[in-house]
Amino acid sequence: MGTEIEAQGKSPGANIHTHGTRLSYLIGLGYATVLTFASFWASSTDVIYPHGVPILLGVLAIAQMGVHLVFFLHISSAPDQTNNILALAFGIFVVGLIVFGSMIIMAHLNHSMMPMDRLLQIQR
Amino acid sequence: MSAMEQALAASDAVPLSLRGPAATRVVAGYGFWLFLLSDIVIFAALFAAYAVLSGETAGGPTGAALFDKKHVLIETACLLASSVTCGFGSLAVQSADRSSTYCWMAITFILGASFLSLEVSEFSHMLAIGAGPSRSAFLSAFFTLVGTHGLHVSIGLCWLVVMLLQVATLGFQPMVSRRLFCFGLFWHALDIVWIGVFTIVYLGVH
Amino acid sequence: MGRLSWAAIPFDVPVVMIAAGSVGLVIFCVLALVTVKGWWPYLWSEWITSVDHKRIGVMYVILALLMLVRGFSDALLMRSQLALAAGHAQGYLPPEHYNQIFSAHGTIMIFFVAMPFVVGLMNFVLPLQLGVRDVAFPVLNSVSFWLTAAGVLLVNMSLVIGEFARTGWLAYPPLSEIAYSPGVGVDYYLWSLQISGLGTLLSGINLTTTILKLRAPGMGYSRMPIFCWTALASNLLIVASFPILTATFAMLLLDRYCDFHFFTNELGGNPMMYINLIWSWGHPEVYILILPAFGVFSEVVATFSGKRLFGRRSMVMATMAICVLSFMVWLHHFFTMGAGADVNGFFGIMTMIIAVPTGVKIFNWLFTLYGGRIRFTVPVYWAIGFMVTFVIGGMTGVLMAIPPADFVLHNSLFLVAHFHNVAIGGVVFGVMAGISYWFPKAFGFTLNERLGKAVFWCWFIGFYLAFMPLYALGLMGATRRMQHYSDTHWQPLMLVALAGAVLILVGIALTGVQLAVSIRDRERHRDLTGDPWNGRTLEWSTPSPPPAWNFSLLPQVGQADEFWAMKQQHGATQERTALRAYGTIHIPRNNPTGFYLAFFAVLLGFSLIWRIWWGAGLGLLGGIAVGLIQAWRTDGEIAVSAEQVAALEGLHGAKEAAV
Repeated sequence: MGTEIEAQGKSPGANIHTHGTRLSYLIGLGYATVLTFASFWASSTDVIYPHGVPILLGVLAIAQMGVHLVFFLHISSAPDQTNNILALAFGIFVVGLIVFGSMIIMAHLNHSMMPMDRLLQIQR
Repeated sequence: MSAMEQALAASDAVPLSLRGPAATRVVAGYGFWLFLLSDIVIFAALFAAYAVLSGETAGGPTGAALFDKKHVLIETACLLASSVTCGFGSLAVQSADRSSTYCWMAITFILGASFLSLEVSEFSHMLAIGAGPSRSAFLSAFFTLVGTHGLHVSIGLCWLVVMLLQVATLGFQPMVSRRLFCFGLFWHALDIVWIGVFTIVYLGVH
Repeated sequence: MGRLSWAAIPFDVPVVMIAAGSVGLVIFCVLALVTVKGWWPYLWSEWITSVDHKRIGVMYVILALLMLVRGFSDALLMRSQLALAAGHAQGYLPPEHYNQIFSAHGTIMIFFVAMPFVVGLMNFVLPLQLGVRDVAFPVLNSVSFWLTAAGVLLVNMSLVIGEFARTGWLAYPPLSEIAYSPGVGVDYYLWSLQISGLGTLLSGINLTTTILKLRAPGMGYSRMPIFCWTALASNLLIVASFPILTATFAMLLLDRYCDFHFFTNELGGNPMMYINLIWSWGHPEVYILILPAFGVFSEVVATFSGKRLFGRRSMVMATMAICVLSFMVWLHHFFTMGAGADVNGFFGIMTMIIAVPTGVKIFNWLFTLYGGRIRFTVPVYWAIGFMVTFVIGGMTGVLMAIPPADFVLHNSLFLVAHFHNVAIGGVVFGVMAGISYWFPKAFGFTLNERLGKAVFWCWFIGFYLAFMPLYALGLMGATRRMQHYSDTHWQPLMLVALAGAVLILVGIALTGVQLAVSIRDRERHRDLTGDPWNGRTLEWSTPSPPPAWNFSLLPQVGQADEFWAMKQQHGATQERTALRAYGTIHIPRNNPTGFYLAFFAVLLGFSLIWRIWWGAGLGLLGGIAVGLIQAWRTDGEIAVSAEQVAALEGLHGAKEAAV
């Protein structure tokens, strides 16, 4: 196997060609710190419209996850990262379906169906 | 494959998908990436359960009553810092620099262990005041979600120790570098999951 | 020893004691035979510690065939019980026993028959079709197989030591909670599936990586065989859905062992959440099973029509569409749970939409057959039988996709008939086609055709006799999982169903006969060319059976159906006997890690089931130790010299020339 070449793409995190990767980690740290403090501030401040807080938190969280993916895991849109991006996209799709799908379905079920402890009380 | 064929294959003229079997490092990295995605799906199911059950406190303590945001901020700082030091450690591995590797990975370990001890102290406090996982569905979901993340961190720390032993005994041979690379992916992914945890669980309470 | 005592063995239940005794006797005889003949070294080094995907694939299929016998005996018990238990008669199986039987039947058939069959076929075929030497992670492959075998062992132990779950194959709470199932049955179910589920997940990661990162030079995605595309979709689904199963079972285990309240009746638990989560795994699971079967049919239909597969691109798109859509329909398994019309309507429509890509596939197969020179071999019988049968099953599925209809038919025998229709007509027929198609490649000789056709007819006619009455019974109001019924008008149909089951039993027995006869006649039916069917894809360019390294030289691929093109251009034999420079090939060395890990997994699982905490600790530590030893292994490969490679190629060329 000594004659192998760097065929069929890079592993995620292996994009060593981004210049000065020590710098990329520090930049990522900077962005992540700002976003973290922003999240903590957003959750305890009175300045923001209360119903908008969850959305803001969501945006900040997604942004920080993106920072991690780009600056720590070195995901990019280069052609040798395509497989990684596709796998990630599929993963996000499934995660979204499970979390939001479950929340919607369970909300509907809880709305329509009697809670178990009440049900058991009736049966006695 | 002859040298000329190799050169041709390596040039950008041949699309990636036609170049034949990938190098072991690429294969191992991609396989581990898929494993991480499957791990994230486990967390998704736990997040879903938490989201559905977060209101089911069964007359017991709520998140607002139990959670200490300063505590969580320190935990977050530890984990984020450990991600960066892990990154520096990965760079040391790439340049096969033993002492740098030990140094940065040791700091990563300490930061990770600090995160864990903070989390354990939070859990034991909650157990002591009767807010354990058996109290309500909300608490079951909380302990499982946050606890599973903590379990992953613990396993990561054990794995790190094993990897440092491998560096000490086997040096930076390809097998060891590949595994350290996978460890890096794992550690960063855990921090990504933690972003979800602190946002949804701790900051999500009003 | 935790909760374990002699009382766990049901000495007072004759059926179980006789079954266990006979199985024990057979196992003892087999082990004695192996020992007396001195086959242990061969078995250990060639099979048990093998990391060769071909060997592992064969072992998966053998495991599945053995479990088919176990699962099918459960089916015969159920069918005979129902044939008897009409009106005042009670049959011979009391409810608490019957409930274990249908639970074991479903669990075994899905997890330990269908999954290993499908994974085994994919394991054997994929590297050969992709033109590479092995899967991405050979040692992990062995681990996956042995973890599945560990799950099998645990499930079978439950027959003799303790009991099995009485909850049905998905173990819904609150019945599966500790309050209502205090025995070890549900724990056996949960732990054996957690262990084998881990094996399956690792296999999914392994095969997905293989397809995406390990293909012969020149094999772009558009040149990959359709079986590889369906395998890709199936393995992507495994990677994305099995973790849901792991997490959900973990939550149920926490409820049972540590007094958590995810799905309990009290303190805020929500049993409906379990059903929601388990089916968000469960629906992708059925597509995991059927997609590779679709892939088999694509290969079989194209080969035996002597034509390129019709509509290759639409096949690929339909496959990937099914992959994505399979995550968007899961609520149709619980329309009646009460989510309301809006949600039910959405999922009902999505379920109907997912039938469309399958329809595309059926038409593509039909158009491939049309105008071809069809050879009616055994695989083609299975393919045509599949097309008729699966379409019926699919249509009854679309019928139940309409929520109001489902409110009448949910959990009736109509549902049971539907899923057996698609599982048998789709998965089983596909696996049988795949086995008869690739058997010569694996073992070097073809199976007896006449007996193969007899097996097909037994399954085909047997299936219709066994399950068409169930559609009628379901419409008449008969429910599933019932041990007894009061309406004696149903009995004739139940008897017909029993007849069908017996006919399938004959088919299974004939499979055994077919194997024995084929082995006996193997010299007469040797596959000397490696290409007994005039195939189109790369696996047929290797000798039968292929050497451990598959290809002496990795093929350079220029189009889809590469082997067919090679044959048209300059003859396959010439390709091989021409002067080629072989190099040293490195192949992975045998490795006992998988076997030892499985041993400790069984110890861990069994101990956890019986609350033997020290045993669990031992199992965990043992597993970790095995892992650490493997981590320090540096001699993972053997070098096969160029001379050895050339020698095998020369031998094969001589055999071919003699044909």
